[in-house]
Amino acid sequence: MLRFTEDHEWLSLDGDVATVGITAHATEQLGDLVFVELPEVGKELAKGDAAAVVESVKAASDVYAPLDGEVTEVNEAIVETPEKVNEDPQGAGWFFKLKLKDTAAFEALMDEAAYQAHID
Amino acid sequence: MGRAVTDTQGLRRTPLHALHVELGARMTGFAGYDMPLNYGPGVMKEHVHTRTQAGLFDVSHMGQIEIRARSGRTQEAALALERLVPMDILGLKEGRQRYAFFTNESGGIEDDLMVTNRGDHLFLVVNAACKEADADRLIEGLTECDVTVRTDRALLALQGPRAAEVLGDAVADLKFMDVAEVEIAGHPCLVSRSGYTGEDGFEISVADIGADALAKTLLAHEAVEPIGLGARDSLRLEAGLCLYGSDIDSETSPVEAALEWAIQKSRRSGGARAGGFPGAARILKELDEGASRRRVGLSASGRAPIRAGTPLFASDDSDEAIGTVTSGAFGPTVEAPVAMGYVPADMAEPGTVLSAELRGKRVAAEVAKLPFTPANFKR
Repeated sequence: MLRFTEDHEWLSLDGDVATVGITAHATEQLGDLVFVELPEVGKELAKGDAAAVVESVKAASDVYAPLDGEVTEVNEAIVETPEKVNEDPQGAGWFFKLKLKDTAAFEALMDEAAYQAHID
Repeated sequence: MGRAVTDTQGLRRTPLHALHVELGARMTGFAGYDMPLNYGPGVMKEHVHTRTQAGLFDVSHMGQIEIRARSGRTQEAALALERLVPMDILGLKEGRQRYAFFTNESGGIEDDLMVTNRGDHLFLVVNAACKEADADRLIEGLTECDVTVRTDRALLALQGPRAAEVLGDAVADLKFMDVAEVEIAGHPCLVSRSGYTGEDGFEISVADIGADALAKTLLAHEAVEPIGLGARDSLRLEAGLCLYGSDIDSETSPVEAALEWAIQKSRRSGGARAGGFPGAARILKELDEGASRRRVGLSASGRAPIRAGTPLFASDDSDEAIGTVTSGAFGPTVEAPVAMGYVPADMAEPGTVLSAELRGKRVAAEVAKLPFTPANFKR
């Protein structure tokens, strides 16, 4: 079950580790990505911290930590080929994995229907 | 302005506005017009398509202005225009076009433009954001001429290596910077072999009522795709061409902007008609002695583009900004960040490694030869 933030990130949960990426809607708004900067593995993030940077043909944008946690893995493939994010934003274009401090907070995020209502 | 109408946000529309919407363009406000930023394929694919096939651009927002001497002698109109631009207009032959810019009293650039000798008049294409000011400047400054702003014309650009094939025999005799009246798909057009992408291509002035039909005919060719302003910007940047308001403005002189190639000998010191344009004292001096700062190309290391406004430093450990990026993007053809900016003259040599501040970190930015992509003109 996916969860979403108002800043257009998606999360999926496996145990206490959330995989985080940006939504298809976000990639449509950004246009073609040309550069991605990811956080370092082991970094402790608080909800709302700037976690990653994306540069599209238009502008630079921050990707925020959706919840408190520790970065356990990052998707180096999108640093090599940022267009993977445009091609498959909610799959192969994931950004990083976050070991959550509080998995209950995950459930409190928007579900797909709520996110869809948010962007409509 | 003519057939153009405004929307609820006060943005003007070109004669091709309905077509952009029909084609699914993402629209954006630019110079007071509601213009296509990109179409379905996106900026990167549109850019590459233009460099490899042919791209169709709506540039109808630009100003089209005719200048006629009341005496009927175009030489008189040419000499009159030379009072506002440091170019040899008198020597511009009939059917030929030339890049020019209006200068101000302090030697800065008020707008850049294209000037064509049409035989019985001069034809100017100026930037959208400047067109009212340019018309005022011409009406005020060229008292012996009639100045007509053509609001009944659209302007299309067809750019790319297959553009000539698309237009066929009608344009086969035109060389780079030639201009002629030709018929395309039944539409009487004024066509120049020029553009602003660094590729071979054409700019096509056509009656506004025929623009939609002509655009659709051109788009029906398998080589042609519609291209938005996003790719127009990355194409011109890779080609090392200035965007007025970003890379050149009323504060930048032609020599600072590395545009001295556009100033012919006849207008320079010792020339037949030396000076006699606004800011001549400063510009002639800089032509002889150089300017203290120069516009250069910049190649940043890594993949992150350095964008307009990014400060430049002499080295990674220097905190004193020595210049600024004026245009920057990811270059889809060179597959690397490309930028232009101003640096002190003694740091303007290609190969000089400078330092740019990007999100609080430093990246190396090497002064690069312009253009980033070789020009592909049919001279």
